[in-house]
Amino acid sequence: MPGVILEEVTKVFPGDTVAVDHLSLEVADGEFVILVGSSGCGKTTALRMIAGLDKPTSGTIRIGERAVNEISARDRDVAMVFQNYALYPHMTVYRNLAYPLRQRRMPRREVDKRVNEVAEMLSLEELLKRRPAQLSGGQRQRVAMGRALVREPKVFLLDEPLSNLDAKLRVQMRAGLKRLHSRLGITTVYVTHDQVEAMTLADRIAVLSDGKLQQLGSPQDVYDHPANVFVAGFIGSPPMNLLRGTARAGQVTAGQLVFERPGIQDGDVVVGLRPEAMRPVVDGMPALDFRVDVVEPLGDEVIVHGALAAELIAVDTDATDGEVGSINGTGIEAVARLDPRQRPAEGSTIRLGIEDSEVHVFDALTGLAINV
Amino acid sequence: MLPLDAPPKKPGRKLPFSPWHLFLMPMAAIMLLPLVWMVVVSLETAQQAHSYPPVLIPSSLHFSNYPAAWNTLPFGDFFVNSAIYALTTVAGNLLFCSLAAYAFARMRFAGKNMLFVVFLATLMVPYQVLLIPTFLIVKRLGMVDSVGGLIAPNLCSAFGVFMLRQFFRTLPIELEEAARIDGTSRLGILFKIVLPLSLPALATLGIIQFMWSWNDFLWPLIIIDSTNHAPVQLGLSMLQGAHSTEWNLLMAGTVMSQIPMLVIFLFAQRWFIRSIAFTGINQ
Repeated sequence: MPGVILEEVTKVFPGDTVAVDHLSLEVADGEFVILVGSSGCGKTTALRMIAGLDKPTSGTIRIGERAVNEISARDRDVAMVFQNYALYPHMTVYRNLAYPLRQRRMPRREVDKRVNEVAEMLSLEELLKRRPAQLSGGQRQRVAMGRALVREPKVFLLDEPLSNLDAKLRVQMRAGLKRLHSRLGITTVYVTHDQVEAMTLADRIAVLSDGKLQQLGSPQDVYDHPANVFVAGFIGSPPMNLLRGTARAGQVTAGQLVFERPGIQDGDVVVGLRPEAMRPVVDGMPALDFRVDVVEPLGDEVIVHGALAAELIAVDTDATDGEVGSINGTGIEAVARLDPRQRPAEGSTIRLGIEDSEVHVFDALTGLAINV
Repeated sequence: MLPLDAPPKKPGRKLPFSPWHLFLMPMAAIMLLPLVWMVVVSLETAQQAHSYPPVLIPSSLHFSNYPAAWNTLPFGDFFVNSAIYALTTVAGNLLFCSLAAYAFARMRFAGKNMLFVVFLATLMVPYQVLLIPTFLIVKRLGMVDSVGGLIAPNLCSAFGVFMLRQFFRTLPIELEEAARIDGTSRLGILFKIVLPLSLPALATLGIIQFMWSWNDFLWPLIIIDSTNHAPVQLGLSMLQGAHSTEWNLLMAGTVMSQIPMLVIFLFAQRWFIRSIAFTGINQ
C-alpha cells in the first residue's frame, strides 16, 4: 500500500487567504499520521487536497508513486470520513455501505459479502436496515467508518471523526480506531484539534499553525522536544508555562529561576516549564516561588493555578493574525500538576523546583528551541 | 413554588378555539363564496342563472347541466389536452430546472453570477411583455396551434430554477463530496443524492407548475386556434358567446374543470400548504 507525499503544497483561497503554506510531509506506507492544530490552521484544507476535494494552488501531492494533482477525487482510491459523517440520509445503513461499491460496478454478490464483513467488523449487523436518522452518534460514526473501509482504499482520511461524540464514547472509539488501524494497516491521515487524540493515536503527529508545518515527529518526541514556542504552548494539557528570561555567560535567569546552560548564547530567551515537571523543591534544584490561587483536586493529581515568581508570557496558539507563536503579552496564570499528597493550601506560597534537564529554552526572537 | 405545585388553571370563560378564528372564519367564508356560487349556478336552470337578484337556493337541482355542457363541446379532448399540457410541463420543469439549478447552486463557471441575475431579472418582467416575443419564437418553430407549441415555452421556468437552487444550497455539501470520493459523477450526484433529498422542493415545484399549467388561459388563447387542440380553460371560454352566455352550462364546465385540481389537493394537501408556505407564492 502506498504512502502519501506532499511537496511544497500551498493553497490560497480567493481573497488571498493562505490556508496551507508550503507544506511538505511524507506519510509512510501504512503509517498513521495526525495533523493537529487549532481551528483555521489549514489542517482540514490539507486533508481535502489529499482527498481531491480542493486543488492545491502550487506544489505536488503524490499517492504512492503517482502525482495526483490532476486526478479527480473518485480516481484517487482514497476514502474519507467527514466530521459530520455525511451519511446519505435517504439510504439505509446497508445501502450507505454498499454505495461506494455499487458506484464501482461491483457484482451484487461481492457487494453483499463485503458489506456484511464490514458490518461485522464494526458491529453494525443489527443496524443494516435502519436509516441514519434512526442511529445514535456513535453508530453513525461507525457507519461512516464502514463506508470508508468497505472499499479497501489505499489511503484513509479522517476529518475530526470523533469531535461530535460525547467524552466517554470518544475514548471508546479512539481505542477502536487504533485496533482497526493495527489490524488493517491502511495509510491514514487524521485531522484533529484534540491533542489527546493526536498523542494517543498517531505514529507521528504534524503540528500545523497558520498553514505551516511547525513540527513533525512521534507524539513523545514532540512532547519532549517541542521545536518552538508554538508547539510548546500547544501540545500538553495544561500547557507549558512560559517565562521571560535572559541568558548570560552560560547561565539562564527567569525571575527567581536560575540554572546553568553551558554554551548558550547571550540574549533574551523564553523558558518553558511543563506543569507536571514542577515539584516541591529538593536541594540544589533550580526553583522558584509559586503563589497558590486555586487548587483543583482530580483524585490522582491536583492542578494548581497561581502566580510564579517570574514574568509569565503568553504565546498566540490561535494564530489567526501575524506571526505564528508570536509572544502576545503577559501570561495570566501559571499551572502546576502535583501529587495529591502535596496539595498546597489556597493562598499559600510554595517553592517548586524542576530538574535542569526538564527546562525548555527558546530563543525569544525566533521562538525556536535552543539545544546546547 | 415549583412549577409542579402550580394551581390548576381555573375553568373559565375560555373559547374552545383560538380567538383568531373569530377573524379567520368569516374570511374563509368570503373566500369560499365564489366556489359555492359556482356550484349553485351549475345546478340551476338558464333562467334562474340569469335572474336578478341571483337565486342562491334553487328550488330544484338540475344535474342535467353537466352532460349538456360536456356534449356542447368536445370536453373529452379538452381534458386530454390539459392533462398532456400540465403533466409534460411538470416533468419538463422538474428535469430542466433541477439541471440548471444544480449548476447554479454548485458548479463553478465563468459568468455564473451574471447569468443568474439575468435569470432572476426575467422573473420581474410581466408575462404580458414576454407574450409576443414568445409567440414569434414559437411561430418560427412552426408550432402555432399545436399542443407542442403550448408546451415548449413552459418546459422550464426561471422561478423553478431559482426555487430549486435555493433548496439545493441548503443540502450539506459534504454529502456531495462524500459521493464524489465514493466514485459518483456530477450527474450521478444530482440524480442519486441531491434529487432524492430534494423531494419536498420537487413536490412543491411540481404542484405549483401543475396548478399553473392546468389553470393557464392566456397562453393557450394566443397559441391555439382549433377547438380540438384547446385545453380545458380555453374550451370553457368557448361556452361564452359574444351576445349571450349560458352561465349554468359554463359553471357546470368550470366545476368539471376543477375536479382534477380537487383530487390532487385531496392527495397532496400537505404539499400544497407547504408549497405556499415555502415559496410565499400562490400562483
